[in-house]
Order: sequence, then C-alpha cells, then structure tokens
Amino acid sequence: MRKGEVKKNTRLILSYIFLCILGIIMVYPLLWMFSASFKTNNEIFSSFTLIPKKIVTGAYSQGWKGSGQYSFGRFFSNTFIMVLPTVFFTIISSLLVAYGFARFKFRYKKPLFALVLASLMLPTEVVIIPRYILFNTLDWLDSYLPFIIPAAFATHSFFIFMLVQYIRGIPKELDESAVIDGCSSFKILTKIIIPLCKPAIVSVAIFQFVWRWNDFLNPLIYISSVRKYPLSLALRMTLDVTDTIIWNQVMAMSVLSLIPPVLLFFFTQKYFVEGIATTGLKG
Amino acid sequence: MATLKEERYIGKNGTRLETVRGRISKLSPGYLYILPWVIGFLLFQLYPFVTSFIYSFTDFSILKPMSFVGLDNYKKMFTADRLYWTSLKATFKYVLIAVPGRLIFALFIAMILNMKLKCINFFRTVYYLPSILGGSVAISILWRFLFSRNGTVNVLLKALGIPPVDWLGNPNLALGTMGLLVIWQFGSSMVLFLAGLRNIPTELYEAARVDGAGSVKVFFKITLPMLSPIIFFNLIMQTINAFKEFNAPYLITQGGPLNSTYLYGMMLYENAFAFLKMGYASAQSWVLFAIIMLFTALAFKSSPYWTYYEDGGDF
Repeated sequence: MRKGEVKKNTRLILSYIFLCILGIIMVYPLLWMFSASFKTNNEIFSSFTLIPKKIVTGAYSQGWKGSGQYSFGRFFSNTFIMVLPTVFFTIISSLLVAYGFARFKFRYKKPLFALVLASLMLPTEVVIIPRYILFNTLDWLDSYLPFIIPAAFATHSFFIFMLVQYIRGIPKELDESAVIDGCSSFKILTKIIIPLCKPAIVSVAIFQFVWRWNDFLNPLIYISSVRKYPLSLALRMTLDVTDTIIWNQVMAMSVLSLIPPVLLFFFTQKYFVEGIATTGLKG
Repeated sequence: MATLKEERYIGKNGTRLETVRGRISKLSPGYLYILPWVIGFLLFQLYPFVTSFIYSFTDFSILKPMSFVGLDNYKKMFTADRLYWTSLKATFKYVLIAVPGRLIFALFIAMILNMKLKCINFFRTVYYLPSILGGSVAISILWRFLFSRNGTVNVLLKALGIPPVDWLGNPNLALGTMGLLVIWQFGSSMVLFLAGLRNIPTELYEAARVDGAGSVKVFFKITLPMLSPIIFFNLIMQTINAFKEFNAPYLITQGGPLNSTYLYGMMLYENAFAFLKMGYASAQSWVLFAIIMLFTALAFKSSPYWTYYEDGGDF
C-alpha cells in the first residue's frame, strides 16, 4: 500500500511540475509583450527576459499618438462605439428569439430552428460579398451599421442556440403559474425568464464583446476611413505606415488593446467557464 | 397587447372558440418573438447566400456591369489557376496540423487536470486566457514578432546554444508556426473536455478496475467513447474555423513564403476586395462551402460508428 502511495505522490508532483511549466509557456508570450512595451527598441531584439534592463514609458506616449491625425484615444472610443451597441442588440434580439423558440408551439418551428442551427455552419466568407454590395446600396459602408443592425436582427445564431438551451432548463411551471395570474407572455419574459437567465445573458455579453472586439475581417471590409478605425485596424496600420516598425510602440498599443477583454475575463471568469461548459459548445 | 394576453400557452390544453381573434392569437406569440430572426435571416443570410451563388456564375465586379459566364469561374479555378491549388493544399495542411494538434493537446491536459488536483481553477484560468485573446490583431502581431528571424524565440534558442530557426521564412515551417498559434489556444476546447470528463460516472471506472482493465484500455474503452459527442462537436467547429482562417496568414506572413501560407480565407479576401474579382471569389467561396458541408456530412455520417450517446443520439 505504501509503495502505491509513493508512486501516486510522485505522479501528482510530476503533474504539478508539468502543469506549471506549461502555464509558464502559455503566459510567457503575453508577459513578454507587456515587458517589451517598456523596453527600448534595441533591447526588444536582443533579450528574452521579462524584466527590462531600463524601463522606458515613451512607447506608450509616442504610440498613443497613432496616425498623427488620429490618436489611439480615438480608436479606443471607436471600438467601444462599434462593439457596445452590437453586444446590446445581440442580447435583446437573441433573447426574444430564443424565448419564442423555447416556449411556444407554432407551425414550422422545427424546420425554422433547424435553419438557426444550419446558419451556425454557414461560413461568413460565403455571404460577405453580397452583404458588402447590400450595405453599399443601403449606404451603410464606412459606418458601424453593418455591425449593429444585423445584430439587432439576431443574425448571431450561436447565441440564440445558447439561450434556447438555457431557457429550456427553466421549469415551465413557473411561467404557467404566471399565466394563471394573468401575466402576458412579454411580462413572463421580463419578470421570470430574464432574471433566471442572467448567467446565460452574461455569457452572451462576454463572448460577443470579446469576439467583436477582436474582429478584424469585417471592419477591414466595411470601414475605410482612418477616422472610424477600430483598434484592430489601427494596430494593423501601425505595421503598415512606417517602413521600419517601431516595435515597442506597436507592443505598447497591442497591450492596451488587450486590456478590456482581459479585465472582462478576470472579473467574469466564473460565467466564462460555466457558459461554455454548461451550454456545451464552441470555443 | 390584447392579442398577447389571449395567446395559447404550451402545456395548457383548454379548448377555445374559434374566433378570428382566437386564430390571430394562436398565430401570433411565437412568430412575433422569432420575427427579428426571420427578417435578419432572410435579409442578411439567405439573400446573400443565394446571391453569392448567382454571382459565382458571373464575372461580377463592382467596377463594371456583370454578365453570366456559366461555369467559367469553376473551370478556371480547377484548371487554370495554379495559385488556387497551392492555396487549397496549404489550407488542408493547415487544418490537419491545427485541428488534431489542438484537440489532442486539449484532451491530454484535461485528463491531467481531471486527476483531482488542487488549484485546478488557477490552471484552468491560465490555460483559457490565450483562447480569449488569440483571435486579436495584437496576438497575430506578437506571433509575427516572436517567431521572426531575429525574434524572441530565436534569441531564446541562441541562449540555449541551439542555432536559430527561420520559423516564418522557411516554407516548410511557416504553416506549422501558424498552427502553433491555434494549439496555443487549446484552453476553450480543454474546458469543454474537462466538463465532459466530470460527467463520466465514476462507477464505470470502478467496474473497469474490478475487471482488471489497465489505464490504456480504460482510456480507449471508457473515456474516449464517453467523450465522443464533445469531441465530435469540437472537431466540426474547429475544422470550420481552421478552413476559414484569415487573420494569421494576412497579418503574420502575408501568405508567404512562396505562398506556403496562402490560406483559403486570405485568397478569398484578396480576390474579392483587393482584385475586385467578386464573381470569381464567390465561386471560390462556394467551393469552400461545399468542402465544409462535405466534411460535416462525413462527420455526421461516420459519427454513429465512433460516437456514443447515452440517450441514443438525439443530436
């Protein structure tokens, strides 16, 4: 028995060591980026250590100036102006639609819901050209409408699916007794379903925020003037404009661009991990 | 609101008079709630979907009026466009590196974390972090720098006495270096596997132990079959994502060296929005769609043979 225990303990210790080393490898690039933003440009190319020989903060003040014409302050506020309404409308529209699918019987419900699921598999690449033409005709290009309006019409079907799964888990007796009390279905949604759905709604908000924040392809296609650039485009521009890339400035702005998603993650990790684990999907 | 109040609720089986109002209210509530999706689906998904199919038979470009060219785009793609084949091959290779790499690694780590270790939440958080940030431009830029010729990885290798490697400049290595970026983001798959592992009843393991099964056998006879639905779903989603990858080739390598990382997503973007060959790009996007559908169908068809559902597979 004792021999077995020793063996078990060594295995445990080895696992811990392995997990720690792996953890270091995983976060090393992120920490390196953070430290590089305080290094001089020469040092960036010559060392892999995480502590700068000489801490300089010039990369932040210089990098913040952005394109000269527009600063990163502008790009930050652009990103928020683009992302926050998109997230908000995604939540509202997905909730309404998910409620409809989860709680009502109607004709063609099954095939319609199958369409929701099928659209999960539809690659954006297939629809992006006609969408571009459509938004061009509607005069929406170079604005944030191509992001906000489709979100308001529940086109992010992943979230519908996620919420339907969640609402199905809420006991129906709750709304049935509310019906007896004379509540309208909309009131049931606002008074019963939404409060009980909070964890799922938070998950939707976090995922959509992070995905829209990181999105690069869509802004690249729909946004053309620098004045309206979100961070993703602004960061790419820092690689483009100058012929010699000033790496510590690029790193400094990259670090800043990651702060909102990282903060969100740390404050809401419980929901994050539960969100994907309970609704089961995507990653 | 009056109609809403009279709606018929699921689970309530009262008979009601067939009045006009009753008929309307019978129709309304569910449809009313899903209406935003119906409009959004028709306008932003179905209409573009059909239109892009039509475009694929034209020489459409926003610069000039379009005309139908029949199957020319498809013919050109498969017979005359050598870059197309290069891209298709690179994309398949990328998918084959990135997806199994990520899933196997995620499963491996999930199994270790499932050994009832302490600080599991800490490790889970650390491993999950790259999944959140990985899709951003900032991380692509970081990757480009870390693996550049005189980037940090080579500085590190030099300190260990290993000659530098041209990670992104060598056509044989560049795809793998991009695949590493995907594997680095294994955390989200790992969390799912971990949740799945926890749902496996311990009695199964106990019974196996009583029967004297070794740990390899337990893994293949219990763990893997019980996890198969989650693996199945992850496999499909990750494969679709990998086929569409755009950020990495566009930002890290610009498709080079020697087009070895000229992935499908980047080719589509360039044809459509840089060269404005939108008809041709539409045809290419439909081939991508067909490939993805074929893969999904194959996965679904084959799934009864290798996935196990306790409820008999009501997927």
